[in-house]
Amino acid sequence: MDVTLIEGAIANQDHLELIHTIRKNSKLVVSFGDCAVTGNVTAMRNPLGEADVVLSRAYQDAQFLNPQIPHDDGIVPPLTAQALPVHAVVPVDLYIPGCPPPAKRIRGVLQALLEGQSPELIGREMLKFG
Amino acid sequence: MTRRVVIDPVTRIEGHAKISIYLDEAGEVNDARFHVVEFRGFEKFCEGRPLGEMAGITARVCGICPVSHLLASAKAGDDIFAVTIPPAAEKLRRLMNLGQIVQSHALSFFHLSSPDLLLGYDSDPSRRNLFGLIAQHPDFARGGIRLRQFGQEVIELLGGRKIHPAWAVPGGVREPLSAANRDYLRSRLPEAFATVQSALAFFKQYAETHAEEVDHFGNFPTLFAGLVSKEGGLWEHYDGYLRIVDSEGRILVDQFDPRRYAEIIGEAVEPWSYLKSPYYKPLGYPDGAYRVGPLARLNICSGMGTPLADAELAEFRRRGNAQGIVTSSFMYHYARLIEILAALERIQMLLEDADILSPRVRASGGINKLHGVGVSEAPRGTLFHDYEVDERGMIRRVNLIIATGQNNIAMNRTVKQIAQHWIHGATNGIPEGLLNRVEAGIRAFDPCLSCSTHAIGQMPMVVTLIDSQGRVIAEARRD
Repeated sequence: MDVTLIEGAIANQDHLELIHTIRKNSKLVVSFGDCAVTGNVTAMRNPLGEADVVLSRAYQDAQFLNPQIPHDDGIVPPLTAQALPVHAVVPVDLYIPGCPPPAKRIRGVLQALLEGQSPELIGREMLKFG
Repeated sequence: MTRRVVIDPVTRIEGHAKISIYLDEAGEVNDARFHVVEFRGFEKFCEGRPLGEMAGITARVCGICPVSHLLASAKAGDDIFAVTIPPAAEKLRRLMNLGQIVQSHALSFFHLSSPDLLLGYDSDPSRRNLFGLIAQHPDFARGGIRLRQFGQEVIELLGGRKIHPAWAVPGGVREPLSAANRDYLRSRLPEAFATVQSALAFFKQYAETHAEEVDHFGNFPTLFAGLVSKEGGLWEHYDGYLRIVDSEGRILVDQFDPRRYAEIIGEAVEPWSYLKSPYYKPLGYPDGAYRVGPLARLNICSGMGTPLADAELAEFRRRGNAQGIVTSSFMYHYARLIEILAALERIQMLLEDADILSPRVRASGGINKLHGVGVSEAPRGTLFHDYEVDERGMIRRVNLIIATGQNNIAMNRTVKQIAQHWIHGATNGIPEGLLNRVEAGIRAFDPCLSCSTHAIGQMPMVVTLIDSQGRVIAEARRD
């Protein structure tokens, strides 16, 4: 694979496995969007501690029927202790920030890559979170 | 003992899911489960955040229908402020929600589902996607893409951007609509009407010749739930009362303030999915299964409230049972098209409303109640945002009930029904067309599982057959 765009943070065991497979098979790995670049909203759970803190509020509260944390092996992937940006797990070659990245920014990067150039994101319109 | 077939991941739905089909000793389908494997934890990490941040944070629940979260969150804020928002603010919020319904339904029908309908379930999977559609049916594809673009333009011209506009706020909206933007949107309407009407004509003909799909894609009785207008019980998308109707057309709940949802809706947890299963409490779990979204909204309403959509509703009901209730989940597609038509009619009415350009769009307020609930109709169904705050407006507790979750039980039953009809003795291998029918049954609900989009349909799929001893006896892979 010449280029792979990665959306989202690395938040569970399936993501971890997938990102290593992608890195092994891609010449260029691009963190695509704020969750991939920084962890963004997905990483808002990190300061609270490990994953059980958020899981327990979402599934074990007395307001629910059959309160339990979903756990079926091989089906529901366990969460990683922290939600991580892609570059914290594998080397990343390019970053496209934005939530979501505007079309012009995506096109700018892909166009440069197609022309064999190294894309440069400069200025507020091309390089901005949120 | 059972054997399990895993389809992973399902392509062309929003997000990432796995499906397991459990076979008995004879190779017949025993049960089926639709697994949602993504989890982020909004209910916990929003605690301690200021109320004003909630619209911006919860919009990130979904990149396809962020406007729905924005509106439900702003409405929960209105409730906590204890204010009535200015009339123009409500009209503008409605306009944006209608734009959202148009763009999301157009994406679901034209980009994601019509490759199955026009190219066929048994066609080459590498071509059965939007690009294959553009090659074979360019006018149809172009019309659908431009219809979605129109819905996105409504959102962008109001909120400043297509996705995640920070525009609706507790008390109203931040910016009024300009006359130039109103005129531009009006100029785009005729083409949008023409596109959806030709799609409706196509779908009605398709349904005539594909009775097998109509009969077996999640065709079973459940309850149907959603909002209807306070006056007359008409089709509603932004405000109104909760109504619940059964498959015989009996109204079980009516004129119910949706802010009291917790009295009648419970949420069950299963060990095999991160998606909870809401149910109607008086009937218990899982008998209290209900469906939400386009099919439900058409089944519960007393009328659409606009002439073109009302004519289509009458035809829709003729395809239902004796009481006019349509129980096949395949007909979600049909309902979606009728809702696009209704949304366009209402957009036209709002753009002709003299009040729509009013600059008076925001009421100021403070923390006047410590608990607020905002409920609106997302494209996929009823959406509940329930916040408790402290005296300073910091969030103490959050509960969100998302549309797709409320279809969880029905989606599982749909997979089971399709699998039972088309899978017999799976040890001989499973043909491609059959796998895709299982996926398409799920896709009829247009589930929205996380903020990622797999619109192209080229994600790999792995199907594993496991025998009663847990051994893998066959594996099919498509890339």
